[in-house]
Order: sequence, then structure tokens, then C-alpha cells
Amino acid sequence: MADAVDTLPTQQLDPFKGVKKVPLEEYFTSGHRTCQGCESALVMKLMVKAAGPRTIVLGSTGCMYVANTTYYSTSWVVPWMHTQLGSSGSAGLGTAAALKALMRKGKMKEEPINVIAFCGDGGGADMGLSAISATLTHPQYNVLILLYDNESYANTDIQLSGSTPWGAHTTFSPPGKVKRIMHTRWKKNVAGMLAAGHPESRYIGTVCASYAVEMMNRVRKALTIGGPTFIHSLDPCPKGWDYDPMLSHELGELAVNCGIWPLYDVEDHRLRLYGRTKQIVEKRTKRQPVRDFLIRQGRFAHLTADDIDYFQAKIDEMWDKWLLPGVLPIWKDIAQDTPPAT
Amino acid sequence: MAKVIEKAQQEKEALISGSEAIAVACKLADVDVITAYPIRPYDTVMQYVAKLVANGELDCEYIVAESEHSQFEIVKHASAVGARVFCGSSGVGWMYAFEALTVTPALRIPMVAMVGNRALDDPGAFGVEHNDALAVRDLGWQLVWVDSAQEALDTALIAYRVAEDRRVFLPCAIACDGAFLTHSQSMVKIPPQEWVNAFLPPYNRGDLQLHPDNPITVAPQVNEDWLMELRKHNDEAMNRSRDVVIPEAYRDFERIFNRSYGNPFFEEYQTADADVVLVGMGTLSMPVKVAIRQMRKEGKKVGFVRLRWFRPFPAEQLAKTLSRFGAIGVIDRDFSFGAPYVSGVVATEIRAALYPVDKRPPLLDFISGLGGREVTVPDVRRMSDMLFAARAGTPQPLTTWVGVRE
Repeated sequence: MADAVDTLPTQQLDPFKGVKKVPLEEYFTSGHRTCQGCESALVMKLMVKAAGPRTIVLGSTGCMYVANTTYYSTSWVVPWMHTQLGSSGSAGLGTAAALKALMRKGKMKEEPINVIAFCGDGGGADMGLSAISATLTHPQYNVLILLYDNESYANTDIQLSGSTPWGAHTTFSPPGKVKRIMHTRWKKNVAGMLAAGHPESRYIGTVCASYAVEMMNRVRKALTIGGPTFIHSLDPCPKGWDYDPMLSHELGELAVNCGIWPLYDVEDHRLRLYGRTKQIVEKRTKRQPVRDFLIRQGRFAHLTADDIDYFQAKIDEMWDKWLLPGVLPIWKDIAQDTPPAT
Repeated sequence: MAKVIEKAQQEKEALISGSEAIAVACKLADVDVITAYPIRPYDTVMQYVAKLVANGELDCEYIVAESEHSQFEIVKHASAVGARVFCGSSGVGWMYAFEALTVTPALRIPMVAMVGNRALDDPGAFGVEHNDALAVRDLGWQLVWVDSAQEALDTALIAYRVAEDRRVFLPCAIACDGAFLTHSQSMVKIPPQEWVNAFLPPYNRGDLQLHPDNPITVAPQVNEDWLMELRKHNDEAMNRSRDVVIPEAYRDFERIFNRSYGNPFFEEYQTADADVVLVGMGTLSMPVKVAIRQMRKEGKKVGFVRLRWFRPFPAEQLAKTLSRFGAIGVIDRDFSFGAPYVSGVVATEIRAALYPVDKRPPLLDFISGLGGREVTVPDVRRMSDMLFAARAGTPQPLTTWVGVRE
């Protein structure tokens, strides 16, 4: 059965050993029009810096399309192509499949070429989820899907997505005179869901660009392992989250330190927490109250003390009750639950 | 002559359906990436493709997608990297892919797709209607309707040649009537590989290829600054397809394969001396031709024009041809609710094509054969009678539903 999965070799991208070892070359450069303090633009820059020049990038509709490419200028040094909002999975798959077919048939010089398809939370957690899921079931194609999650449809004026946190003020969920909380859904757990459902994917991880070297090394790891892989990045967004742009880096750290954004890898089916998340779980550092994260953002300004307590309780649940804390929302004590009355 | 006979001996014959004929064309065209998703009736083509791949007869990446939208997006991106691609759908499946269908011609992607024409839901019906394929008529897709399995195979090869011509670089959909063509077998001549190689050059995306050696940015935001110019490029490409590339491809096809389709854009049947003419697309040509033969025995001179290429639309040629007759009857296997004179799509287009012509015969539209209902010989006779009445000056309704329960 060894011939069942026929894969192409990947580039060997060893981890950067510290920030001073990161190359100076940029493949996402000037010419874009992203907001001041945009963490997603930083994610693009780090992502492609980690991948290197022999890379094709596909970008689905969203901020990182509209703000980054304006005809007659482009911030992309590597080949880049737009794809539709729900198509990051398909774009990566089609590109990887074409490379594989053309190289096998002698129509293109053989070499490992990285394929990265990115999407925002609208394109990943909402519309494109089906195509991403499908792509993660194709072991023979080397494609990394990177979801840059700024927690709203930020390019179209900050509308809530399936990845917007509970209670957040967006233009589709404004606090009003009768309803204070218009957005009553809890944020989707995309990386956990994809890890749980895609046994053929050899790498699924979460990152935060506040920890830039760790983030780049996870991109390098995913590309080196090959096959279909997925990285979910939480990107503070000054416009959507409503805070001073100088706080972007700090808010990323706070999301991790408050336990809202767990950092983990699932590499070859083995879960490994890393960074501050690991320290929290190992009780080497204390989880900060979510209040510290929430009160710095205008999108949560209408939350009452009770609302913040509720938010805290939900985050506590993630860590105290989930079978895989912060990763898999199935409760540990499910076996001990009282059986339903007959 | 000796060369012709030698050629004929090299051709194999096989009893295959329209769908299988297109799968064979994919093999002959050495397609690189194919995506499948099930919906009747087009999906038979992918069943044949899957067998070819499984048996090692076709070397391609064969991907079963999770929706039609993904199906078309995957091959769109594969084509951007330089792969020859094939895709297809039917009915609401084609509509599910509509966003992808929209961007494909806009990106100048020479995809070839098969549409197994099927009625749109709801309520469900498997049978043929042309509204699915016609829905993309404004977007830059080339649309060609075929009538037989042989024509399906030949046209698929021609479609690759035309779509991938750098002067065109627009996708092409081959429309095959669901069941009547997709599932009906007939004897098909399968050309040898050498002829196909002589006819169809490799796909070369040139400086538009997405590759690290050619680090371009594809489809950046252009807004009002440039979109109009880009639309104009596509318009010019479609016109070049009609005026130059399609005629060239058919001429070369005839030379290499020794099989002629005459006028590439439409087939004329018994039109030389006809008093009135019927026009239609696809497999309804069978009952129409049978009825014409019957009526001719009774002295009623009816002709038939079967339109192949709906996009690019051969307006001038068709208008010139049709203006010869005493009356024109268009059979629309489609609907366009609220359209001018409540006509179907084809009749509305032909009326528009005739407008600049000096001699404009009466034009009647017949909506018929929807949802796979047969267009029968008596239906065709009734249409013809109305045409003769119109020719004689008796006013007739501009649009009539034929073969519908009252």
C-alpha cells in the first residue's frame, strides 16, 4: 500500500534559531494600504519570509486582498493570485495539483515549491470551511492554509463572523437600547475542529504574531512536513477591535496570557502546547483574568461586570472542563454524567 | 485520396455515449487536472474519466471535490499554473459554481467544461433544459451546443484549441443535452493520438503563468481605474474567437481529421430551397429533421438551422442566412420569464441579430421540450404550419408554448 499516497518532496525549512537568525529578505514589502497597527499585514510578511522565494501564495478575498494589491502596485515579491472568499482550500489544492501533474508529466521542471493559501476568518471559519476541510483530506498535495483571524469581516466595515467573540460590538451587532448583547454566539474553535476531523493532516497549529519567531517556525514546520496543513493565527485589529494601534502586539500577548487564545501544535497527531500557554498549563505562570484583555477594546465597552463574569466562566470552562484543555470542547467528565432519565 | 484512406484506416470506431466521447477527448488532449462532483446527467463523463485514470489510460490529477464551487475553483487555479484542465456540471450544480464561473473568464482561464444540460430545480427534473448553460452567456464563456457523440468528441478537441489560443484565453463550455446525448450511444470515430497532437498544441500560459520563475500578481484590485479596459480586452478576445480562431480551428480540424462540419457556427439542413426555417440547438434536431423529411413529401418546404456556437454568437452570418426565408421559427429549450415578447433566450438573441438587416421575416418563438419533455414530430409540424401562416400574412402569436398541457 506504500504507493497509495504519492507525494512530492518539500523544501527543508529548518527553524530559525532566534530572531537574529531570521533573514533580512522580505517577500511582502511596501506598497500595501493596510491600517496602522494591522497585525494581519505582519502575519503576511512573516508567513512569506518564513516560506522563502520558491513559494506561490493564493489569497482569498478580504483585507489582505483588498488592502495589499492595487493594480499597478503589489506588495508581493513572490507569485500571488487572488481567489474567491470561500476558495482558499480549493485554490491551494488546484495549484498544488497542477504543480504535481506538470512535474510528473515532464511539463515543468521538478522542484519543491511551497503553496500557501490564506483566508480571513470570514473566508475560513465561515464560507470557506467546507473547501478547507476537503483540502485537508488530500494527503498527496503539499499545501498550507493559513487563516488570519481578525475576528470580523474587517474589510467590509467590521461585520461579525463565526469567529467573532461573544458579545463583541460589530456593525452587524451594535449594542442598542433594548438589546445590549446582539452577538450571542461563541467563537468557533476552528483549529481544534480541523485537528479533530482530519486524520490525514500532519500539521495543524495556532499562532500569534506577537510571538514572531515561533510563528514563523510553525509556518516552516508545516511547509517542511508537507501534505495538507493548517495554521490559525489570531490577529488583533485596531479598526475592528477598536483600540489604539500601538496596542496590537500587547493585545496578542493578552489573548494568549488570558487563556483566550491557546498556542498549540498538532504534529503527526501529537498535541503539544507551546509558549505562554504551556507555562500556564504547567502552572509556571498564572492565567490573567479576561478582563485585562476585554477592557482595552472598544468592541467590548458595553459589557457589564456580569457579562465579563460570563466571559470569564466560559474561558475557565475551556481550561477546567475540556477533555483537551483549550483544544477540544468535549468535557472530561462526560462518562460520569448522570444518564438521562428513562 | 490514398492519404485519406490511410487516415480513415487509422481511426477506430466505438459505440459510446456523448459523455464517454468527451472523456475520450480528455484522454486524447492529455488533460492534466480534472475535478469531479456528482450531479446527473453530466456526471457520467466523470465516471468514464475515473475509469480511464484507474486503468492508467489517462495521466492526470483527478480530484473529487466537495462541491461544484470548489470543483471549478480547483481547476481554475490549476490552469493559472499552466495545467490543461477539464470540469463540468449540470443544472443547479452549475449554478452552485456560479461565482467560480464568473471569475474564470475574467481571469482569462482557458478551462474546458461540459454542461450536461438539465432543468433547474425546483421542483426536481433530470431532463434537458438549456437555462443552466445559458446563464453564463454574458460572462465571457464560449458556449457550444452539440448534437451527437461524434460532434461532442470533436468539439471538445476544438474547444481546447480555441480556448487555449493566446488570442482568446477564454473558457469554453460544451453543452450536451441531458439524457438525449449524455446517455445515448452511437458509433463514434476515435482519432489516433498523432492526429490530435498535430491539431492541438500544448497549453502555454506564457507570461501569465503563476510560478516562482514568473512572480506576477494576478487579479489585484483595479476598481474604476482599470476595470473597463480589462472588460474591453475580454470583449476583443471573444470577437477574435468568432472572427479568426474558431474558423481557423475548424479548417485545421477538417484538414487533419478529414471530417468537415461545414460552417463552424451553425448547421443548415434542407435550407437551399426552403420557404420557412426552424432554428434550434442540440438534440432536438432529430425530431425536426424527421418532421422536415415528412413535410417535404407533402410539398412543404421547411428547412432547419442548428445553432452550434451561442457564444461567440455568429450574428451577422446567421442574420444573413435567416433573412432569406419567408418566416423563422425558433425552438427554445429554455425560458426567460418577462423577456421581450415573453420569448426564450435564443429567439430574443436572434431577433436582436436581425435588427440591422434590411429584410426581416416574421419570427415566431416556440418554447418547447422543457424539463426533458420530447419535442415530437407533430409538435414540429404544428410549428411549421404556424410559420407558413405567418409567411402568408396571417398574424401569429410571437411566442407559443408547444407541447404543454393547457
